[in-house]
This record gives sequence, structure tokens and C-alpha cells, in this order.
Amino acid sequence: MYKILKKKELNAQVTLMELEAPLIAKKALAGQFIIFRIDEFGERIPLTIADYDREKGTVTIIFQKVGRSTIMLGNLNEGDSILDLVGPLGVPTEIPEGAKKVAVIGGGVGCAIAYPQAKALYNVGVEVDVIAGFRSRDIVILEDEMRAVSKNLYITTDDGTYGMKGFVTNKLQELIDAGNKYDCVIAIGPVPMMKFVCAVTKPYGIKTIVSLNPIMIDGTGMCGGCRVRVGGQIKYACVDGPDFDGHEVDFDELMHRNSAYKEQEQHDREHICRLTGGAVNA
Amino acid sequence: MPNMQLTKTPAKEQDPKARAKNFKEVSSCYTEEEALNEAQRCLNCKNKPCVSGCPVGVRIPEFIEKIREGCISEAYDIIKTTNGLPAVCGRVCPQESQCESKCVRGIKGEPVGIGRLERFCADYMADKASAPEKPQPNGHRVAIVGSGPSGLSCASDLAKLGYEVTVFEAFHTAGGVLMYGIPEFRLPKATVQREIDGLKALGVKVETDMVIGKILSVDELFDDGFEAVFIGTGAGLPNFMGIPGESLVGVFSANEYLTRTNLMKAYLDDYDTPIAKSSKVAVVGGGNVAMDAARSALRLGADKVYIVYRRSADEMPARREEVHHAGEEGIEFKYLTNPTEILDDGNGRVKGLKCVKMELTEPDQSGRRGVRPIENSEFEIEADAVIMAIGTSPNPLIRSTTPGLETNRRGCFIVDENMLTSREGVYAGGDAVTGAATVILAMGAGKQAAKAIDEYIKNK
Repeated sequence: MYKILKKKELNAQVTLMELEAPLIAKKALAGQFIIFRIDEFGERIPLTIADYDREKGTVTIIFQKVGRSTIMLGNLNEGDSILDLVGPLGVPTEIPEGAKKVAVIGGGVGCAIAYPQAKALYNVGVEVDVIAGFRSRDIVILEDEMRAVSKNLYITTDDGTYGMKGFVTNKLQELIDAGNKYDCVIAIGPVPMMKFVCAVTKPYGIKTIVSLNPIMIDGTGMCGGCRVRVGGQIKYACVDGPDFDGHEVDFDELMHRNSAYKEQEQHDREHICRLTGGAVNA
Repeated sequence: MPNMQLTKTPAKEQDPKARAKNFKEVSSCYTEEEALNEAQRCLNCKNKPCVSGCPVGVRIPEFIEKIREGCISEAYDIIKTTNGLPAVCGRVCPQESQCESKCVRGIKGEPVGIGRLERFCADYMADKASAPEKPQPNGHRVAIVGSGPSGLSCASDLAKLGYEVTVFEAFHTAGGVLMYGIPEFRLPKATVQREIDGLKALGVKVETDMVIGKILSVDELFDDGFEAVFIGTGAGLPNFMGIPGESLVGVFSANEYLTRTNLMKAYLDDYDTPIAKSSKVAVVGGGNVAMDAARSALRLGADKVYIVYRRSADEMPARREEVHHAGEEGIEFKYLTNPTEILDDGNGRVKGLKCVKMELTEPDQSGRRGVRPIENSEFEIEADAVIMAIGTSPNPLIRSTTPGLETNRRGCFIVDENMLTSREGVYAGGDAVTGAATVILAMGAGKQAAKAIDEYIKNK
């Protein structure tokens, strides 16, 4: 059993949890992920590690309540425990050697992972610009935290209610046009966002690292469910990734594969609404 | 006088139509009368050819004699001296190519139903066997990586010698392929769990959610005070064919399909595991895993299930009984057929399988017949799911994180005759060494390694 030591709602859909997992905390590195299972009946759900504290023996996850399991997890409280936590899985993020200036881009809940990446780079003296995109002002998360670990923090909202109106790609293009020379771009967020960030950086040959989140079961290379096409080759996101060179990733195929259980997920959400008396975020 | 009946005493089976819609076990256990009747078919040959066909050397005529005498408990104890998992082996061993293939009764008629008798003893004793006595601890610690058949048998033998054994399992449930791979209708999970509980009663510790190579390396296990490590991590990486369309939604590895069904219990409403509800399923491959996937698909509600196999029925590696059961349940076999492309419905989902007819060629040096495609013989099979069951390769997680551990071209650990790897104190066995094989061969390897580990630690 793995105990929830801290729970914080970052916005109506996004929750932060600190879990007691000393062995995982001891080994975790930026870019790696865990798989959790709430109880005997639960699915195995992968989540990228948002932070860890080796001394306290904790691992932090930040998740959006989108499917049955994340909604159920969000309904647990400090002091509760979950049955399974496996990790740290996957390969840690590798920043190109000698990178001096990096743009870290987060989309929505992807900022949960973009933030520790920015922090790791900032702490070793890299000049970090963070671009964080959200649909709207009321779901902005981690603003102060991201500001603290970046030279410049740019927030964009789709509806213009906060920061710049537009997408992260608009801001990135603007910064490149203004003469910023990035050695590397790290993009973490919805698949379409990562796809379009890569489209922006490709003409300039800026190395772009993306973190993928396909459907998987075991996280050790056994099910093959997380296969993605990278540079024409089939890779398993769980053991070869989850980070990949974004210019090589077949994003369209990934989007298709991620939609495999869409209908069942919709059905599950409605089921949970009934269980909780209509509230998805009860 | 032995019973000279030419055929095996039949074991009751669920009606094929009914069982194709449920996950309950296909074959029933012999009753005492049936077991006695079958036991009387054994001639108790002096030279015991059957024993030579068993990878773990079960003392077959001796245990059968005990059944004849009505001493089931003693029969069970005899099996247990060399086989830690009789309830499992009685069900899933390919007896027809092992013990039963050597049985003298098989020369004229059917061999003695050794597998069924082994299962009878195990099932009969399931709620009667007293808890094993915990051996006196000898103060030495051994780590076992992987809780499949090789790891469990290695753990069992070492625990009986007094070793403090810890088994590390990556999944949330111990048992390896016995839990995630082989379906409930062939090997009930409660049966496997009982065997694992038996090990725990011997003092074996089982730690789940532990991916060795990630959370702890093999070297860290030694740092933690383990004196030897046995690696029984199996062959877990699924192979795909490399044909167009394998990334379409609706294409699964058999590993994924079976894990969702068996380990994650997608067939039970209580579980949250999603699984594709398919109506026409094509399973590619001819081994036991292909049979398991096909028969699971049927039970999950498919109307039509095909086995697509590039050779003919004679070359099919699956256990004969599984092929027979699959046929009875209505699975259609497309022999001498090889997929060339998985077809897209236009929305990124599977709509069918494009295949080519094959013909057998003359046997090669190993005696196995090859196949070659017949020109202009392409045809399509309609399907909304395709399951690839064409084999697996060993997982690289351990070899990539353990310096000095040698593997061959296929990624299998290289071991000597004592199952010792290229690293002192590190032993390996089962599919991680041989590539995908059988439960019983893995168990044999685990036993051999246990013996070698005992020698190694005693002589240190």
C-alpha cells in the first residue's frame, strides 16, 4: 500500500498528490513515470513523475481527472492509500550536452511535467524560457513555481482571458522571430500541441524533445500496447521512451491509437457520475 | 491385472457450445473412481520410460501405484518431491510430447493419462494437504527475479533447504505467465494462487510492483545482502510481423490481450479493465498462446474467430488438446496462410487481414518443413481485431542494467550447465535463457539453478 501524504487541488480538474514510496523516490529522475492502481479492480494507469523527494521518500504526481481511474484517485484524500505503485519506469530525459538556452513548453496539465524539467535545467544554470498554454484563466496551474525556475515565463490562453491570446506555438514562433536562439525545446502536453510545436521548430532544426503518453499496461515492454512510430521504427514508449525526438514521431498514428477506448471511457465517466450523484469531481 | 482398456479414461468436459461463452475450466478433475480406473492402466514398467520424458523427473509409476492403492496423499507427496507445482503441470504440460509420449501403452492405443492423474492428486489434496513445515533457516539469503514457473520452482527448492528467499515480481500479482498469460478456463487462477500461498507458507517472501533493473539493480540486490540471484524474467517482449497496418487500433499482441483478460480480469464486470469488444477476430500464430488468445476472444463475445497459421496442422506447436478444444468450440483454422497486411477501415481501425496462401517445402536440415508463398493467391479475411501470437523475446531490462551479464544474439542469457551466467552468483533459467518455451522446462531450469545455488553458497 502506498499512502497519500499530501493532496492539493491545482484547479477544478487537476490534482497534485504526494505519495509515500521511498524506493521509487530514491531512483526517480526527471522524465520517468510511475504506474498506479487504486485497488484490486482498478486499471494500471501511467503518470509521469512531477517531482520526488529522496529524503522524505515521496513521489509527486499531478493528474487531470479525465477517466475513471483518475477520477477515483482524485476522490481519495490525505491518509488514504492506493494498492500499487510501480516505478521509476522509462528512460530519464536527456538534454543535449552543452545546451545553454532551452524553451520548455507545457500545455494544460502537461505543465506538471514541464515544470520539473524547467527546474532541473534552471538549477544547473541553463537559461530557461517557459511557455505555458491553457484554455482559459481559471485553469492556470503552477504559475509561481514556473516563474521561479525560468528567465521568462510566457502564459498563453486560448480565449485570451490571461496572458497572450493564442497558442503556445504562436508565442514560440514570436520568440524565435525575435531572435531567440534555443539549443533545445522540450514540449509536454496534448498530442496535437506537441505535434504543432515540432512543426514550428523543424524548419530551424531546433532539437525538440516530446514526452508521450500512449495506452499501456505493464510499463516494462511486455504488452506492446504503447508502440509508437519514431523515425519509421516501432518503439515502445514504456522502455524506449517516454521521451522521443519530436521531429521523428508519427503523431497522427499516436492520436489514433490513444482513441482506442474512447467509447468505453465515455461510458465509464457517465457511470461514475451516477455513482457520485452527478459530480465528476466529488 | 492391469486395466487393458485402449483409451484413456475420459475426463468430463464442459459442453463446447456452453464453455465457449464462459471462462470456467474446460475439463473436470477425475473422480476417485475415474482416477483409480486410469491408474490401473499403468503397467508399472521396470525401466520407467515415462520418467525419462519428464523435464523434472516426476516419479510417475510410483505415484500412480499409490493411487491404485488408494493412498492419494502419498501419491501427492511423491509428486511433490520433484515437482513443486503439480496442479499447474497436470493441466498445462505438453504431456503428449513428454511423459506420455514414452508410455508403453501408447504403442497400441492411448498412453496412460499421466497429466490427468497428476492433476487429480493435486486437486484432491488441495484442501487436505497440511501446511508444510517451515524448514530451519540456514541464514543465507537468495533473491529471485520473476515469479513465473522457473522462479517459483527455484524459490520452492531453496526454501525447503532453509534459504531465506525473496521473489521480486514486476506486476501487481505473482505468478508470471501462469497469471497473466494462461487463461482461467485452462488454469484457474485460484489454483496458481494456492501454489504461491504454499510457497509463502514455506517462508518465501513475495514482493510485487518491483521492476528489477529499475527500482533496484542486480548489483544492489547483492549490496542488500543477497548472496545469489536467480533471474527468471521470462520472454516478455511481444514480436510483431513488421507488416503494414500493425499500428491500427484493434491490433494487439497476444500478451496485451491475454493480460487484460487474465491478470486484469476484463471479462468480469467488477473490474475497470477495458478490452476491445470485437465480433470477428483473427489470431496469427500456431502455438498455445495463439489458442489461448483465440479461445479468450470467443469467450469475450466474438462471433467468429480464426487462427491464421502459415504452416499446416502437423507443424502446429500448440498442445494437441488445446487445438482439439479450440476446434470443438468453433474456432476456424486457416492453415498455410500468412498475413501480408492489416487493412484500415479508413478511420485508423482494423477492417480485415490480407493474406497469402502458402505451400510446404521439403524439410530442412533440422527436419522442419518450411513454407513459401503461392503466387497470386492473395485473399482477405474480414476482422475487426487482429491478435499477434507469433512469439516473444526476452526483456532487456536486466541485461541493460547489469554489467558483465552476457546474452546471445536473441537477447537470451548465456548460462553454463549449472544455469550460472557470466556473473558470479547470478543464475538464470526458463524462457529468459531458452526463449519462449514451456512451463515445465522453465520449472526444470529453476530446480537445476536451485541446486547449483545451494552448492555455490555452501562452498563459498
